[in-house]
This record gives sequence, structure tokens and C-alpha cells, in this order.
Amino acid sequence: MPYTEKQILEWLDGVKDPEIPVLSLVDLGVITGIDIKEESVVIEMTPTFVGCPALDMMKSDVLTVLKEKGVKHAEVEINFKKSWSSDKITEKGRRALKQFGLAPPPAGKVLLEDLDILEHVPCPRCSSTNTELKNPFGPTLCRSIHYCNECREAFEQFKPV
Amino acid sequence: MNNVALKELLYKMADDQLILGHRNSEWTGMGPLLEEDIAFSSMAQDKIGQSHALYQLLHQLGEQEPDTVAFTRNANQFHNCVLVELPNGEYDFSLIRHFLYDTAEALRFDMLTRSSYKPLAELAVKIRAELRYHTLHANTWVKQLGSATEESISRLQHALEQALPYALGIFEPSPHEQELITRGIFEGEHVLQEKWIIQVELVVNQTQLSLPDQKQIKPVYGGRMGKHSEHLQPLLDEMSEVFRIDPTAEW
Ligand SMILES: [Zn+2]
Repeated sequence: MPYTEKQILEWLDGVKDPEIPVLSLVDLGVITGIDIKEESVVIEMTPTFVGCPALDMMKSDVLTVLKEKGVKHAEVEINFKKSWSSDKITEKGRRALKQFGLAPPPAGKVLLEDLDILEHVPCPRCSSTNTELKNPFGPTLCRSIHYCNECREAFEQFKPV
Repeated sequence: MNNVALKELLYKMADDQLILGHRNSEWTGMGPLLEEDIAFSSMAQDKIGQSHALYQLLHQLGEQEPDTVAFTRNANQFHNCVLVELPNGEYDFSLIRHFLYDTAEALRFDMLTRSSYKPLAELAVKIRAELRYHTLHANTWVKQLGSATEESISRLQHALEQALPYALGIFEPSPHEQELITRGIFEGEHVLQEKWIIQVELVVNQTQLSLPDQKQIKPVYGGRMGKHSEHLQPLLDEMSEVFRIDPTAEW
């Protein structure tokens, strides 16, 4: 049975980021290639951050799903040919992040030359931009910490990279 | 094609990232502020991950598995500069080292995005983006503490004078320098150092600190050739303890 790329993308949409369970790997933008040759499927993936500790888990989740769907021979290749950046997150992914309570990274290409880009990030709860950057380094590599002066509560942002 | 020159370049960069990553991780639970604790831990994770990706490139060139390379060599087989192996000391020293080193690395990986060795150029695009957070962090704190109180200024000034000879050791020329340049793999340590000093001055000039004339300073060389201070071997022993007990353990 030959597989189609569309079908495989649908299956992979069911695999979520272990750190952000509302975000699929497809919406996160880490699936960079699908190569189908008869019974065998090679998925190309690239990490969000080079030291991302969730990468191994993502890789094995992908293999598990493909196996469950009956793919005879599945492989995951990790490479940096299409380097990940935060603008690879899809529109659907951005909405999912916001619902999850994480501010999505600013859309479009971000040239990070000053910390300014991290100031006044819209709060995912009340959308106010009366917010401050607390720390560009958060609890995981991909998050920064902010404080909303309206809600008087901290929130996290999926960092622009 | 003979890859001796390329491998040497990859080893020194990977070893730098691994060793400084390990030093950064020693700040976990020890930082002067919780925020700084998190920042150094986070940068540690980035750097160790980056070293792993560089060891992976070496593995593709026929070297051993990344874990084996990271955890089973002795000090004299490491090619990191001496700067990164020095103990953390006070926060001032760690901050200045972080500033001097990451400024160089950000520029190095920027240069490497144009490398003729494609896998390295691709990885460099990614690492360059991550290092922006590291240099932003360093610049922010150096600017702040370098113009804050008399005490903070004099402490940073002292740290700067202490670290500078070691920082110049980052640029210890490789015996393969010319080959790397000719083959378009890397533009060389000399070009990097020129770019580095401009960038360091740019930040230091926004503070009350004064940068000693680098031409009057004797660089601490040797690290790139495996000649290290007494501080490296104990660090390696500690780092590889877990691996030696159980080579299959996740780290
Ligand atoms: Zn709010």
C-alpha cells in the first residue's frame, strides 16, 4: 500500500510536543521533510533548540505513530538543513499556544538585536501590552518569562528565535 | 579528502561549548539571583546541546559516538581554550568570561554560516540564533553592572583584567589555519579576533570600565594543543562520573 504525504501529515498532526501538549509537531514546524519510497517512510525533523531535551521523545513518538498506522519501514532523520525558527509555527499552532496560556512568538521574521522585542509582549490572558520582560531564560529553553501589569501575574512566551 | 583541519576546528568548538556549559551548570542553585540561576542553567543546556551537535558532525566524519568523545577523553585530549575551564570564581568573573567568550562565539558561528562545509554552515545558522540570547544576556548585565556602583565597577574591572589574557587564548592559531582559510571552511582566528575586539569595545565603551590594551597582554595559549590548567581534569572526572558508572544513562 503506498502512502501519501497528506496522509502522513495527518497522522503526525496527532503527535504533540511533549512540553506543550496542545501543539502538534506539524504546527510546531519541526517536520521538515517526508520522503516516501514504496513501503518505507523517512521523516526529516529539526529541533527547536539544539539542546532541546524533548527531541528524543518526539522522535520516538513519530516512530510509534507510523508503526501503529502500519508503516513497514519508518525512519526519522534529524538534521539542520531547514533550520527551525519561531516563524515556522503555523497559525493554528499560534492559536493553540495562546489557548494554552503561552504567548505565541511575534509573527514574521524576527531580527533579535535588542531585548526590546521581548518587552511589551501581549499577555495571553487579557491581551494587554502593559507587560514587562522578567527573564529571557525561562523554565525550558523555548520560553521567556514576563509579567502582566494588568492581571498582576506572570506569564510565559514561546521565545522568538 | 583529508579532514584533519576540519576535525580540529570542530573539536575545539565542541570542547569549548561542553566545558563552559558544564561550568555554567555549576551556577544552578548558586546564582546571586534566582533569575541568574535560571539564565546560567539555561545557557548551560544550550551549550551542552550545541557541543553534542558538533560531536555528531565529528561522528559523521568517522570519530566515535558523541558520548564516548565527551566522557572518555583525558584533559590532554581536549582542545578547549583555558578560559572556559577556569573555575567560576565570583559572579563578576563568570559574567565577564561569559561576555568575552560568547561575544567571540556569536561572531565565530556567524562566520561559519558561510562555511564551505555545508553541514557546519547549516548548524551554524541555528546556533547563531540561539547565541543571540546569550550575548544579549551578557551585554545587558555588563552594561548594567559596569555603570552601577563604585564597587560593582571595580569588581568587574578586576575581573576583566584577570580574564583578558585567557580570552585572547580563544584565538590561539591552529597549525591548519591556512588550510581552513584556503578551503573556505573558516575565515580564521585572526579575522575572528579583529571582529571580536570591535564588538567588545562597543559594549565596554557604554560602561565605566576600561579595556586594557590587548597588544600589551600576553595571551594564554596551549589549550588548543591539549595543554591545560590543573582545573580541567577534576572537571572532566566529575562530568564523566555518571557515564563511567553507567554508559547507557541519559545525561
Ligand atoms: Zn494580562
